[in-house]
Amino acid sequence: MRTDADPSARRCAARGAARLRRLPLAAALLAGVLVHGMAGAAEDAAAPGEVAKYGADWQSWHANTNVTDMPSVQRGARNFVSFCLGCHSLKYARWSRVGTDLSIPTDLLQKDLLPPGDKTTDYILTTMPAKDAETWFGKTPPDLTLMLRARGRDYVYQYLKTFYVDPTRQTGANNLRLPATAMPHVLSELEGLKKAVYRDEMNKGEGGKSTHEQVFDHFETLAPGRLSETEYDGFVRDTVNFLDYVSEPTQAARRALGVWVVLFLLVFTWLAWLVKREYWKDVH
Amino acid sequence: MAVKTATGAPAALPTGVIAQPAKKGFWAWLNKRLPVDEFITTQMTGYLAPKNFNIWYFFGSLALAVLALQLLSGIYLTMFYKVGEATSFDSVEYIMREVNYGWLIRYLHSTGASAFFIVVYLHMYRALLYGSYRAPRELLWLIGMLVYLALMAEAFMGYVLPWGNMSFWGAQVIVNLFGTIPGIGPGLVEWIRGDYGIADATLNRFFALHVALIPLALLLLVVLHLTALHEVGSNNPDGIEIHKKVGPDGKPLDGIPFHPYYTVKDIFGVGVFSVLFAIVVFFVPTLGGLFLESPNFEPANPLSTPEHIAPVWYFTPYYAILRAVPDQRLGALLMLLAVSAFLFLPWLDRSPVKSIRYKGWMSRTALTLFTVAFIALGYLGLQPAEGLYVVLARIFAVIYFLFFLLMPFYTKLESVKPVPERVIYHAH
Repeated sequence: MRTDADPSARRCAARGAARLRRLPLAAALLAGVLVHGMAGAAEDAAAPGEVAKYGADWQSWHANTNVTDMPSVQRGARNFVSFCLGCHSLKYARWSRVGTDLSIPTDLLQKDLLPPGDKTTDYILTTMPAKDAETWFGKTPPDLTLMLRARGRDYVYQYLKTFYVDPTRQTGANNLRLPATAMPHVLSELEGLKKAVYRDEMNKGEGGKSTHEQVFDHFETLAPGRLSETEYDGFVRDTVNFLDYVSEPTQAARRALGVWVVLFLLVFTWLAWLVKREYWKDVH
Repeated sequence: MAVKTATGAPAALPTGVIAQPAKKGFWAWLNKRLPVDEFITTQMTGYLAPKNFNIWYFFGSLALAVLALQLLSGIYLTMFYKVGEATSFDSVEYIMREVNYGWLIRYLHSTGASAFFIVVYLHMYRALLYGSYRAPRELLWLIGMLVYLALMAEAFMGYVLPWGNMSFWGAQVIVNLFGTIPGIGPGLVEWIRGDYGIADATLNRFFALHVALIPLALLLLVVLHLTALHEVGSNNPDGIEIHKKVGPDGKPLDGIPFHPYYTVKDIFGVGVFSVLFAIVVFFVPTLGGLFLESPNFEPANPLSTPEHIAPVWYFTPYYAILRAVPDQRLGALLMLLAVSAFLFLPWLDRSPVKSIRYKGWMSRTALTLFTVAFIALGYLGLQPAEGLYVVLARIFAVIYFLFFLLMPFYTKLESVKPVPERVIYHAH
């Protein structure tokens, strides 16, 4: 996948960052201005057609989510219940635990998130019967509790952002991250519809024969959705962030406790060193 | 038993206990029935170790510390883990989510497995550096190698227990290696698995072996290892026998009591190790897929093979050798040889000196190349077996074996440096 103008801009920024570190404060300001100008120039220099079109660099998209960003995780929980829970379960997570960890009051949890009839102590399960799901989609939609740990944040983020219209598929949709995915583009109502534009690429094949290959180039919007591009991006990030939380609900507590444990061990080690040094004074 | 002498005073009994100042109360009562004092005297305060141990000598005590950690955390995990095809994966997630501090215990155990291999590899490397496998320590080395082999079995079976997809496929690959044995191979594989595929029966027996048989064997071997060590005495970075230079009191001039000198030093070592260990456990428990592989967060699925099957890092040097050979049977044989080559070290090394400090340039070059090859193979074992990776794996596998095969020659041919009379020690 070509990223066109991006690398040069990134190189400039990296060079600028290195310079910022080295120079004194006064010069740093100057360098900052310079870098800004250079980055801008690099953007301007690229031919209009060469500027990365939407989706061309999808493989380098990063989710960049932060699981301690509680409002984001809360929005993600809402998104999950509204758009994912219809088919996907979180069978290792309980509603009450999500409520506690995400500071969602019990009445709000019951009113807005819980499916009718579910108790707060229940596991988060979809109401779609697995057997029907298999008939409808060809496979049971996977449980998502550990999806983030199995595939990584970026994978799921890229997956949710690279759906495109494909009339050859039964669901009418295909995906770049997971080609021939069984999942329909359930978020199309929010994102809108986009099609994948390919370019012809000549490859020197074996024996001097050149082969033509259709390579993905960029996305083209067919119909806008309810959300703008930025809003949809935020929607996906929040959802990924919630799934990140669910994949390891203790991770924030783990890091918080870790700081104290490491500090304690450092003090312990220092004391142990003093004891060792004292004892070893009489070894000659 | 009170043996009276002519003067009526009790005669010294043959054990060291009586030589101690007389004690009263419970301690005396205890020592009449169990030789606690004697044990401490002979194995701790009376065990004289060379005073010139350097950083490489921390890893033995660290291995013992990690063993204790693995036993304790493992016992805790068995209280919640439910072995079985239908329950293993779920119960591990139950531990991670619903058992109080279950996540901590699980991460301690999973990180401990990798840490065990790190300290054991460094412990073994110390022996390579200073010739600690040489006479009179051949048996000490062999017992240590058995500890290493038991550890490999323990780690492999432990990795199957969470019943993730890599557990399943890793077991598939490793168990199938036994199928390459001519004649009995296929039947043997079936016997190990207890089924026609890796299945519930396999999981259950691996659990039994992982929590009972192999830990018992490990403990026994560690006791034997320490007993043998205390019989022949510790080697040191200079590769000199301290017992050959004794003072007027008959004690080695360069020996110091293990307790308190090395106990306080090792406690400091455990401290440094714990800091690094805690950083992994609390901040990067999967270590980017090295300590806990991502496909293992998906349940075992015989119908879905992971993109490429790679064992955990500590097996990858051997895995790279296995895959470097086009013929599977020969590959498995070379893999076995690569592991067992260490057993022959005491007899392959013909150098008149033990320590690398006094060996010649050939030994130094050989050990450097071997180190590079081992690490490179470890890296290559994590990569897909294709193209340049396979070529490199073949080159490094050849270097790996040449280190052992040529050892009798280069250790004999090279000129060595004079070994000092006493160990080199700079007081701090």
